[in-house]
Amino acid sequence: MGYGVLEQEFKVEEKVRGIRDEVHIKVKNLSVYYRKRLAISDINIEFLKNKITAIIGPSGCGKSTLLRSINRMNDLIPDATVIGKVYLDGIDIYDKSVDPVAVRAVIGMVFQRPNPFPMSIYDNVAFGVRINRLAKDREELDKKVEDALRKAALWDEVKDRLDTHAYELSGGQQQRLCIARALAINPKVLLLDEPTVSLDPVSTAKIEELLYKLKSELTIIIVTHNMLQAARVSDFTAVMMPNEKLVGTLIEYGPTKEVFTNPKDKRTEAYISGRVG
Amino acid sequence: MGHQVLAIRNRRKVILDIYMPIIYSIGLFIAILFIGSLLLYITVTGAHRLSWELLTNFPSSNPKQAGMLPAIYGTIWTVGISTLISLPIGIATAIYLNEYSGMEKLRSFLQINLNSLAGVPSVIFGVVGLGFLSYTLGLGRSILVGSIVLAFLTLPLVTVSSLEALKAVPDDLRLGGYALGATRWEIIKSIVLPRALPMMLTGSILATSRAIGEAAPILIISGLVFIREIPTSPLDRFTVMPLQLYNWISRPQVEFRELASAGIILLLLLLILLNAATIYLRYRLSKRR
Repeated sequence: MGYGVLEQEFKVEEKVRGIRDEVHIKVKNLSVYYRKRLAISDINIEFLKNKITAIIGPSGCGKSTLLRSINRMNDLIPDATVIGKVYLDGIDIYDKSVDPVAVRAVIGMVFQRPNPFPMSIYDNVAFGVRINRLAKDREELDKKVEDALRKAALWDEVKDRLDTHAYELSGGQQQRLCIARALAINPKVLLLDEPTVSLDPVSTAKIEELLYKLKSELTIIIVTHNMLQAARVSDFTAVMMPNEKLVGTLIEYGPTKEVFTNPKDKRTEAYISGRVG
Repeated sequence: MGHQVLAIRNRRKVILDIYMPIIYSIGLFIAILFIGSLLLYITVTGAHRLSWELLTNFPSSNPKQAGMLPAIYGTIWTVGISTLISLPIGIATAIYLNEYSGMEKLRSFLQINLNSLAGVPSVIFGVVGLGFLSYTLGLGRSILVGSIVLAFLTLPLVTVSSLEALKAVPDDLRLGGYALGATRWEIIKSIVLPRALPMMLTGSILATSRAIGEAAPILIISGLVFIREIPTSPLDRFTVMPLQLYNWISRPQVEFRELASAGIILLLLLLILLNAATIYLRYRLSKRR
């Protein structure tokens, strides 16, 4: 629904601006252990600026683990050990001088299930702005909240009831609220961990459309179970697969079209055609 | 053959299905009978003695004039101060255990200890309070000592219920906060506590109703004294409602026993009121979600 048009628009845009493949996030020799169990091993991947990269693969292949390593959410899991490096604009975010809290303010994240805070719609979006002290006064805060809700394509639906409790929104609206909440603090990167898995097709379509519009402003990395979704929204696709020891590895990475039409790895082909996973 | 086996099995199941509810309901019936007869006895003996004088008069050797005003004040003082002590300590303990201490073993060790603390007979608390607080620290047989003892008596209840309230806050919300660059304290303060507070209050009110009904430790600390003055400071001597009732029940005159029944009705009404407040809070909580 409407993607064809968007895709064409995007192509025109690409021609006008020229393709600039700037590396935004670089993951180097990344391995993650939970206790002593190796979850993902030796991942090397570069995420390009203002592109949407989809990470696909069967359950338990370490997609989410990789995603959580990019904004240091793995730090919050007791017994998780991260080895290797993740560079954001050339800075190693695992360096001792880097504050993980600051990393998470620059690299936003949206989760599988919508998780709005138990407060009003306005307060949900304002939360990050307030704690990161990004607004000088109420006026600026109002503006940031409005901007974020507009970007998340939610403003028109909620502008008259910003004070209502966020739980009164539908599931799809709640997820867009979570996206708005993340956008309100102007992150450079947005990570999405299966953001539409609990939503109906219409809400899913809205969010996919939204991601298309957002990539002119930020780099988007989306983990998804849904291969069609990856094919629809992403510019690049990374395929992960557990090896014989059930350790997640990156088996293929490239422009989405190539990965889906002409995969280099046989396992990718099997996975995409539905024979594995 | 198969058909017969099936038929027997089915009959046994049907019989069990019929009789089990009856067997279980016997337990319920006994409980209702017991509590019902108690309530009936108290109402019959005490209802006609309910009056404003019961609330506003001082105790007296004349049962016609006797009231429980000092005991009501004593209960308000002790339960009030004990709540002021147990609530912050209990909630702080729960926050530490659930939000900060990463060590699962420490948490379960402390939780076992809290639960056994809840199982200690309340008289023991009274004895320790009298020996240590009243005599060793020289606080006397005062409201303050009674409050501290009640506070520690209800502390496990407050802590455990606060802990349950914090556990009921989904981790998704905490992760959402972290993903926005919030620190742990910011998440606790702005997301976790507001969400957990109604349930914490529910547990605390239940703990308070236990404190109101406690007689044994207060009996040890205060002694069975005849108080004719309204306490004005935490260091005053005091009595509480259950103790006043105990005093009346142990008198030989029938009139005093009737008075005690009327007092019990009052105490029960107070407890019902507190429980109603709990239910109301829980209702508000479920509506907000």
